[in-house]
Amino acid sequence: MPRRDDLSSILLIGSGPIIIGQACEFDYSGTQAAKVLRSQGYRVVLVNSNPATIMTDPEFADATYIEPITADVIESIIAKERPDAVLPTLGGQTALNVTMELAERGAFERYGVELIGAGIDAIRRAEDRGLFKETMEAVGLAVPRARYARSLPDAMTAAEEIGYPVMIRPSFILGGKGTGVAIDEEEFRAKAGHGLAMSPIREILVEESVVGWKEFELEVMRDRADNAVIVCSIENLDAMGVHTGDSITVAPIMTLTDREYQEMRDDAITCLRAIGVETGGSNVQFAVDPRTGRRIVIEMNPRVSRSSALASKATGFPIAKIAALLAVGFTLDEIPNDITGKTPASFEPALDYVVVKVPRFDFSKFPSASGRLGTSMQSVGEAMAIGRTFPEALQKALRSLETGRKGLNADPVEEVYTSLSDAALRDALGVPTSSRIYHVAEALRRGFGVEEVADLTAYDPWFVEEIAAIVDLRRRLEAATPSEGGGEDLPGIVRDAKRMGFSDAQLGYLWGCSPDAVLALRRTHGITVTYKTVDTCAAEFAATTPYMYSTYEDESEVPPADIPRVVVLGSGPNRIGQGIEFDYCCVHASFALRDAGYETVMVNCNPETVSTDYDTSDRLYFEPLTVEDVLAIVDAEQPVAVIVQLGGQTPLNLAHHLQERGVPIAGTSPASIEAAEDREQFSALCRRLGIRQPAHGIATSATEAEEVVDRIGLPVLVRPSFVLGGRAMRVVFSFEDLQEYLHEMYHAPGEDGLDLAAAPLLIDRFLESATEVDIDAVFDGTELLVGGIMEHVEEAGIHSGDSACITPPPTLSSSAHDAIVAATTDIARELEVRGLINMQYAVKGDEVYLLEANPRGSRTVPFISKATGIPLAKIATRVMMGATLGDLRAEGVLTSRPITLTAVKEAVLPWSRFPDEDIILGPEMRATGEVMGIAATAGTAYAKALLGAGMEIPAAGNVFFSVADRDKQVGLAAAQALHHLGFRLVTTEGTARFLAHFGVPSTTVPKLGEGPGDTLEHIEGGEIHMVVNTPRGRRARSDGRLIRTAAQQRGIPCITTIAGALATARSLQMGRDELTAVRSLQDWLA
Amino acid sequence: MTDGIAVTADGEVFRGRSVGAGGIAVGEAVFNTSMSGYQEIFSDPSYAGQVVVMTAPHIGNYGTNPDDDQARRPFAAGIGMRSMSRRHSNWRATASLGEYLAHHGLVAISDLDTRRLTRHIRDRGAQPIAMGSEVTEAEVRAAASAAPPMEGRALAMTVSVDEPYVRPAEGSARGRVVAVDLGLKRDILTNLTRLGYDVHVQPATVSAEEILALDPTGVFLSNGPGDPEPLEGPIEAVRGVLGKVPLFGICLGHQVLGLALGGSTFKLPFGHHGGNHPVRRLADGRVEITAQNHGFAVDPWSFGDGNAPAPDESAAPWEVPLPAELATRFGLARPTHQNLNDGTLEGLACLDIPAFGVQYHPEAAPGPRDARGLFDTFAGLMDGTA
Ligand SMILES: Nc1ncnc2c1ncn2[C@@H]1O[C@H](COP(=O)(O)OP(=O)(O)O)[C@@H](O)[C@H]1O
Ligand SMILES: Nc1ncnc2c1ncn2[C@@H]1O[C@H](COP(=O)(O)OP(=O)(O)O)[C@@H](O)[C@H]1O
Ligand SMILES: [Mg+2]
Ligand SMILES: [Mg+2]
Repeated sequence: MPRRDDLSSILLIGSGPIIIGQACEFDYSGTQAAKVLRSQGYRVVLVNSNPATIMTDPEFADATYIEPITADVIESIIAKERPDAVLPTLGGQTALNVTMELAERGAFERYGVELIGAGIDAIRRAEDRGLFKETMEAVGLAVPRARYARSLPDAMTAAEEIGYPVMIRPSFILGGKGTGVAIDEEEFRAKAGHGLAMSPIREILVEESVVGWKEFELEVMRDRADNAVIVCSIENLDAMGVHTGDSITVAPIMTLTDREYQEMRDDAITCLRAIGVETGGSNVQFAVDPRTGRRIVIEMNPRVSRSSALASKATGFPIAKIAALLAVGFTLDEIPNDITGKTPASFEPALDYVVVKVPRFDFSKFPSASGRLGTSMQSVGEAMAIGRTFPEALQKALRSLETGRKGLNADPVEEVYTSLSDAALRDALGVPTSSRIYHVAEALRRGFGVEEVADLTAYDPWFVEEIAAIVDLRRRLEAATPSEGGGEDLPGIVRDAKRMGFSDAQLGYLWGCSPDAVLALRRTHGITVTYKTVDTCAAEFAATTPYMYSTYEDESEVPPADIPRVVVLGSGPNRIGQGIEFDYCCVHASFALRDAGYETVMVNCNPETVSTDYDTSDRLYFEPLTVEDVLAIVDAEQPVAVIVQLGGQTPLNLAHHLQERGVPIAGTSPASIEAAEDREQFSALCRRLGIRQPAHGIATSATEAEEVVDRIGLPVLVRPSFVLGGRAMRVVFSFEDLQEYLHEMYHAPGEDGLDLAAAPLLIDRFLESATEVDIDAVFDGTELLVGGIMEHVEEAGIHSGDSACITPPPTLSSSAHDAIVAATTDIARELEVRGLINMQYAVKGDEVYLLEANPRGSRTVPFISKATGIPLAKIATRVMMGATLGDLRAEGVLTSRPITLTAVKEAVLPWSRFPDEDIILGPEMRATGEVMGIAATAGTAYAKALLGAGMEIPAAGNVFFSVADRDKQVGLAAAQALHHLGFRLVTTEGTARFLAHFGVPSTTVPKLGEGPGDTLEHIEGGEIHMVVNTPRGRRARSDGRLIRTAAQQRGIPCITTIAGALATARSLQMGRDELTAVRSLQDWLA
Repeated sequence: MTDGIAVTADGEVFRGRSVGAGGIAVGEAVFNTSMSGYQEIFSDPSYAGQVVVMTAPHIGNYGTNPDDDQARRPFAAGIGMRSMSRRHSNWRATASLGEYLAHHGLVAISDLDTRRLTRHIRDRGAQPIAMGSEVTEAEVRAAASAAPPMEGRALAMTVSVDEPYVRPAEGSARGRVVAVDLGLKRDILTNLTRLGYDVHVQPATVSAEEILALDPTGVFLSNGPGDPEPLEGPIEAVRGVLGKVPLFGICLGHQVLGLALGGSTFKLPFGHHGGNHPVRRLADGRVEITAQNHGFAVDPWSFGDGNAPAPDESAAPWEVPLPAELATRFGLARPTHQNLNDGTLEGLACLDIPAFGVQYHPEAAPGPRDARGLFDTFAGLMDGTA
């Protein structure tokens, strides 16, 4: 069945901001779909609020709407664009949810729009857990026993009926939010209560728990003719009870016989048919009892998912692209397999390698999190690695994570585990955490039996044994230390070690020598890396697409090339502070280089991204971003340049190591990068250029710290110059605060006194009530191109990644503007920047202070590029390769156009994943993603951004209003605005008096614990509809914190900064019409 | 753990370590791309005379169990793999793969660069290989170059049972199938008995008269190893029953049917061995993902005075049409299935007599079971309802 000619225009719904459970994978899927639908001649209309995506680049669609993904907004896009069809299956849960809402309100019928991919009934059958179970049972598939409950007492009865332990699932939630397993009544009471609160319809499903069973996933594709294929099978190392997004997973399945696998395969296809997914990709999750083989279906997603991205990268089968083609009528056998070019897509990829995915967590940013993994996803990113065997892929994946590990232990960090008692180790094995895999290796090293470890962890013994093989080899390595003679078969052991994924750094650690020495030794024995191809077919057919991974085998398959190559280093796993924005930049670099006649070589290990699509660059190396792995690629590819500026901190950290080893780095030199990062060098430079910085100092002892603070004055911003894990930045308002902080950061257990020498304390004068300003620019040696200047909504002190910002800056004076541009130019010249530079300033009155300079691509590059239409990353890439801005103007790559819009970026924070966290903002970044609002005025743009960020600001009702004394003056304006909008203000006594003084009426409630009817009771009683509460201090159990947490847990919008409150109040003056007035990016930039 | 070595007939050397029996194994080198089902593969009689290289890296993961064997013993001549598991894990397992290999005296080499070996076979074509442990490279090399090619070898006759036997139907019998064992897999038997047929398994030497004397409801021609062309006895026997009883052939059985109908077979460059081959059902255009294991194929252009059209290099293999009709010795037949990877014939059905065959394995084991319905088709033919 060929392409449907009755459709001409298709609306694609994106997934919005990056949040836990929904990350770059939907940029990958949206981009693939947009590309292929356009190449098929369809008019593509696209909506996504996330500016950091490739899919929202104007050239990927005919009409791109960077608008909030709400039913109102999408309906007005439909009204305006009148698409023939909507494709809802490529934008994650967000797209599905909004599609259901649109269907319910009859929007599709109203405009005669057809849903393609999955119909509304199919979506409902898959999404409604009760309906899903019925559907499965009707076709003979087993599911866990379960029952719905809409109140706590009812839930308790249900749990009794089913029998503990039970699994709790709130209805209509995303990524396991609010789910959990309760082992007894007490735990159930708490978790069920939370679950009911998390569900938008106050409903939970109480389900039989199968914790400890094996967990599997199959990725299925089905076409209109009912052809179905399994693209990839995935086995979770962590058993049921740990969300697949938080589990270490392995492809293909390792521990099922063919018979069991085929039964599962049949079930998966039966499931798709029963649900009625007409075309496209879906994933089906199974649990299997390891004792009996009993198999049950856990869930199915009738859409492309995170696992589909993983499966696509793991197999070379582009699920999203093919799903899009199937949705417009093609059948699998009409679509060629791009990788072989000679076989059709109606087949099942055969893997001759093993893929391991390891999640990455950022728990250190969320002190309230226990670190225990469960059924609600908490990871913020993931790394994938490919090896010929599981041990090799596992070790590669662990070093891809960039958590300071060189592989599975055998590195300096392992001391954390070697120092544990056996009892502590045994306990740790029983608790799923992000470090359990390291405990497993340590236990095996100590001689714990494979069975014992398997029992404690519920890992399959096969995996534990393969891990034991790594540990055994480590013992052989230790016995073969070269400086002690090396033993008889040193080359053989080294070869075995490399084949098991050991890094040179691990060998160096075990042998007490440098990784370079290990490399030298390897070279003398001819033990060098080989590259194999991911080809979908286990070499049965020749591959035309160089998608490579490293391993240690006889034969390397790197194809020859005669065009000069440029290597682009990607940004590795997503983490807070380094996410999709950097992937965006890397992809642009690749496109720009290809246009400029180079062959591009991408290196990255993040399976969610567009950069790791095999057709983004000419060659793709799915590899860890470490010195050893990158050097090996450089050796194989002999590039003319390596781009390190665009992948965030990851490649930047490699830059000087690479340069030292003779690798040509494009653009700004590693020495300059270091000069910007080194505080003393950089301060000297600023002094020389006459650029003002906040007063600052460095302390190597507690006394010295007090002296510095004495000199520069309170408040101060403090941070250790070096910490593992989080950054631990804090604003300190008093000497007491300082002492407390020093103790927290530097007090080692069992020792007296504080040792600051290892990581001296950096102290800056904290600029209060200053406006923060970001600038992104490109410098070519003589000319500075200002990409954009962004004024932050929240004042300095809230991390630039967590605060909203506006461009063009609405209140920045022209003298401040000029000072910023001049300082940026001076710094860029002085640092000999070639390419991008990002600078952050704090503006206080007429004074402009430089906070930091980053000579690299920043988080805001995509936002600015969207707001201005200037392809900054592309321009920067060309400049890095030697072009001047003048050249690029002549080529037409750089054009200038008048800016008629105002754009607002708003951060999105993962509070709902960490229900006990205090939700205040600070100098430490905690946002996972961002949205963009575009409008003619700042107010509307901000309101759109809030809407896009999912802030459901009520139009009327009661606002609990309580602000710190230092915020009262500005707070007054916000209170007045809210009052004028018709909100009723609820306050405690002090605030009430203050407001009354200025004629703002409010209702007073008692302070916490000071009588009946206090704030908490009002919040819990559902009488408060919004909270404005700015933090007063950092006390863990302060009233403010209790109030904020209570609001958060009940899904009540809670604003924690005065600037935010003001902006929100202003945006509330916007009418619904203004918010749903939509305009495409192409139109704005025309 | 001892060193193992493998050498192809054209002199390529591969090193690994021995994980099976000692000695030298010689056979035609083939690679199998299935990601599970090693036990079924090693015990499939169709692999007689072949050394199987598994492209899936981990082998032995889930051990072995008596249920998954496809015949009374493994038939593959030798095994090549990347990583032999140190431990197995599965609730059905009764022994490790190592124990299985040792018990059956099967030569197996692990830690090979199986991908290099696969690419070599793909690029240079099927050819003999020898592998062994505790032997010199020269010995292995000599064994490889002395090995005969697969063409012309009637291996089916050597793997077939010596004596007939009966596998009764599950439940009450609705008929009797005579299965000619050319290397029969157990799961085929299971599929037939499950549908309610008593299956009378006969050796490959069985004659048409002997078959008909059993008064069969249908005749089944099994899969098996080697070249179909020299199987004169079975071909004759098939000619003797065609048109008299419904007949169904799988794999080698399909090739024997093709030859009996007057067509010819040819050797594929490196065969089809895996569980992911797309096959189009020509009747309705549906695609089945199939299990395959064959080195020879029926030439659809060899029937009657058919002439193959000049190959169209620009067309994708899955778009190259097969002839609409085949003029056979038993009237007209029609191609029913086509392999989409290389366009080869995957099945045919006679129009004037009740007989059909498929080149692939509807019984799977290992592999996807999309095509299991073909056993129902056979049943329908026997019932007279199809
Ligand atoms: N009945 C259950 N018992 C124990 N664990 C479960 C059960 N159902 C699901 N889980 C675990 O919770 C995780 C999330 O559940 P799932 O149904 O996949 O929801 P989602 O992926 O939509 O968050 C699964 O990956 C699995 O580890
Ligand atoms: N001296 C200061 N006064 C007020 N706020 C500051 C000061 N220095 C830094 N900040 C705040 O802390 C945030 C993070 O500091 P920054 O030096 O930019 O670190 P990072 O490397 O994490 O971006 C800034 O975005 C800004 O809001
Ligand atoms: Mg799930
Ligand atoms: Mg910063």
